[in-house]
Amino acid sequence: MTLVLKNVAKRVGIAMHIHPTDLRLEPGSFNILLGTTLAGKTTLMQLMAGLDRPTSGEVWFDNRLVTKVSVQKRNVSMVYQQFINYPNMSVFENIASPLRVARMAEDEIRRRVHTMAELLRLTPMLDRGPAELSGGQQQRTAMARALVKDADLVLLDEPLANLDFKLREELRDELPRLFANRECIVVYATTEPMEALLFGGRTATLFEGAVTQFGPTSELYRQPRDLITAQVFSDPPINTARVHKRDGAFVLDATTRWEATGALKELPDADYTVGIRPHFVTPMQRGQRPVAVDGRVLVTELSGSESIVHFVMGETTWVSQAHGIHPFEVGADARLYADMARAMYFATDGRLLASASDQDAPDPSARA
Amino acid sequence: MRRTGWIVPTIYIIFLMLPIYWLVSMSFKTTNEILGGFSVFPQEFTIANYVTIFTDPTWYMGYVNSLAYVSLNTILSVSVALPAAYAFSRYRFIGDKHLFFWLLTNRMAPPAVFALPFFQLYSAVNLFDTHIAVALAHTLFNIPLAVWILEGFMSGVPKELDETAYVDGHSFWSFFLKIFIPTVAAGIGVAAFFCFMFSWVELLLAKTLTAVEAKPIAAIMTRTASTSGYELGLLAAAGTLTIIPGAFVIYFVRNYIAKGFALGRV
Repeated sequence: MTLVLKNVAKRVGIAMHIHPTDLRLEPGSFNILLGTTLAGKTTLMQLMAGLDRPTSGEVWFDNRLVTKVSVQKRNVSMVYQQFINYPNMSVFENIASPLRVARMAEDEIRRRVHTMAELLRLTPMLDRGPAELSGGQQQRTAMARALVKDADLVLLDEPLANLDFKLREELRDELPRLFANRECIVVYATTEPMEALLFGGRTATLFEGAVTQFGPTSELYRQPRDLITAQVFSDPPINTARVHKRDGAFVLDATTRWEATGALKELPDADYTVGIRPHFVTPMQRGQRPVAVDGRVLVTELSGSESIVHFVMGETTWVSQAHGIHPFEVGADARLYADMARAMYFATDGRLLASASDQDAPDPSARA
Repeated sequence: MRRTGWIVPTIYIIFLMLPIYWLVSMSFKTTNEILGGFSVFPQEFTIANYVTIFTDPTWYMGYVNSLAYVSLNTILSVSVALPAAYAFSRYRFIGDKHLFFWLLTNRMAPPAVFALPFFQLYSAVNLFDTHIAVALAHTLFNIPLAVWILEGFMSGVPKELDETAYVDGHSFWSFFLKIFIPTVAAGIGVAAFFCFMFSWVELLLAKTLTAVEAKPIAAIMTRTASTSGYELGLLAAAGTLTIIPGAFVIYFVRNYIAKGFALGRV
């Protein structure tokens, strides 16, 4: 039960919604589509499901060409960002719907729906209508319907995005448990890099309708193939700056420079783009090779346990994200320290040349 | 403010209800009493007018005819409008917006424009003086209206509902009949109500296209008034009975209509 997209593309009018894409999703895998709104996540899912036909390319499922097979004849299920349930049916009938269409025996339907309802804590609500449920319960109903029929492919299109914070955390914890003993392919679309890191699995980063990279989530985070992947997979946005390598050192501006070490020594003298994640830019000297950067504070966001500071350096804006409360005054000059041992170096065309960050495990908890 | 707040609504309702009360009150009077003087309450209370209507086929068949073509028209309009409205709400096709607007312009033409051609055409195909003739003629303005109303309700249903149903394995028709139609039931109720009302009150086409067999009640009323002098009591009773179906239907759809107003389509 492997889903393979071969050179699948979707064009609407003259607009390319999905650029030619190759993907191979293994059975039992948890795959994440990560990208901003309008990056093409939903379109790609619709192509995978068969709700939409690609303009060109082939979709193979389980070694069978299914490009032109309608969605009804593929064993897929889908959960949307909006809470989609049949308003005229009870929760029980909502969950039972795919089984009824499949003409399953009444006893078996009852058994399955009750098992599913138990798993998703919907048992007391089975007789109610979807309109009488809270948002979280509505989405759990939709989830139950998607899971009750043992689909080969389960598509989750930002299922947690419309839930409030507490419910989102709750359901996010439940998700991996729901798929634990299943052979199905799960595809989960999200705009939040944090969610991708929490789920692990494999991630495909999408940017303007193109999959920039597909691979194990932590690998993508640590070793993004190019700058765009790194940018998609970073929240707050990754800090970038144009640097020049000269005499074995990288020069950012007149006052900021640092030695090239290790593999970086091999790079020829030229212009590069350096990328460094916000949590490696801190008000205090941290890490192995802190380099002072000076800027003017633009915005500060203080939450309970961390400080986010946006500051301007010349023409670029950088973001610092640090534990603890670090008060900065807006408009004031600030000195921060970027741990250059954790920076990534890209060629001017965006290719990743060296990532120093693979020396250590990434720090996904930095945002939590 | 609180103490005097009831005055304006009360005056409003009195003005609104006065003609209707007068009609109902007249229907229980004899024609002589109506012509003889001015009385707020019937002096000689009589139900003879109603008895006449319910026993004389030339009278009560008018209601039967009216109800027959109105129901036919409502069923026809709504069942044709449902797929059309679905197409307008779900698909983009060349000229869809223009077509949608053009549909609405059908309502702007006065029925008198169509009366004569319809009369000739319906006579030519032997549809003259049948219920279906009037029902078909009324679809001219009722289908656009129903499409307009239903499209508003359908566009309020996310297209993800359609997709979820397909993913569950429903075929298009299974989804449309078992899931979609119940979902937009309120819209169908509102559309049916307006089709009913407009067909019920329309007189010109109904009168032109019928002679005996399918003559609507309103046409019978005008005829009776002129033959045997002024039978005002009888006429008032017929008028009262004409109000009832509308009042009856509006009672059932009153909540849905509020929803239709909220969608800006009624």
